[in-house]
Amino acid sequence: MVLLTRKIEFSASHRYHNPNFSAEENRRVFGKCNNPHGHGHNYTLEVTVAGEPDPVTGMVLDLKELKEILEREVMQRMDHRHLNYEVPELAGQIPTCENIAQVIWNLLEPKITQARLHRVRLYESPDLFADCYRNGASGARN
Amino acid sequence: MKNNASHIELGRRYRFAASHRLHTAQLSEAENYRVFGKCNNPYGHGHNYVLEVSLSGKIDPATGMIANLADLDAFVERHVLAEFDHHSLNEDVAAFREKVPTTENLCIEIFRRLQNFPHAKLERVRIQETGNNSFEYAGNTEENHS
Repeated sequence: MVLLTRKIEFSASHRYHNPNFSAEENRRVFGKCNNPHGHGHNYTLEVTVAGEPDPVTGMVLDLKELKEILEREVMQRMDHRHLNYEVPELAGQIPTCENIAQVIWNLLEPKITQARLHRVRLYESPDLFADCYRNGASGARN
Repeated sequence: MKNNASHIELGRRYRFAASHRLHTAQLSEAENYRVFGKCNNPYGHGHNYVLEVSLSGKIDPATGMIANLADLDAFVERHVLAEFDHHSLNEDVAAFREKVPTTENLCIEIFRRLQNFPHAKLERVRIQETGNNSFEYAGNTEENHS
């Protein structure tokens, strides 16, 4: 098995706020991420797929196709958008790195057919990221 | 929501600067130098270490989080960074009085210190000693299963 990773970057704004919490609770739990008018990040997304290289082309999958899937499913949905208001898949969820990574996994998993989606890693900053794997798998055991 | 189709981990990076010397009393001076090379130089040297901590767990629907970063940051600060940052690993960390402070052993020691983080499961630690060397430890699975 060979792993192949493609990286893209997008910029988006968000705010952490739970309407079921009081104003004090929101501030205590989310800190400055609760500031009323939101803030933004340059997100880096690494998408890793697994497969055997095709004996004819030598490729695990056609990178051009992966690039188009990422453009359609992720860039058009999230780039230069407000994640709380403009991404229906995140409606009702706090747009944390964990939740966004999981939404991206669910968007990509059915679309990647030439190879198997192995990992979605989403960086909110160089020091904070979320990894999403197939259920039952883990980065430590793969 | 079909959010249980995947396993989610949270990764957080920390930085600390520390000195060390690779040397063991179990080898002669000549052997120490042969095995550890310049890392055996008598007065030690230092690195800017990057520590990457990965946690897994259920995402709390109320917060969207596996664990609150403020809790994780405080835990890592208390159990690792306060003792390691701007210190000598050989002189200031009890575990390395006997054990050679290689980054392999550093991974094991930091995993041991962080594995009782109360809010999520520690999956692994990864340490970059330099931009070119990194090490990972995910616990001893055989030990865990026995």
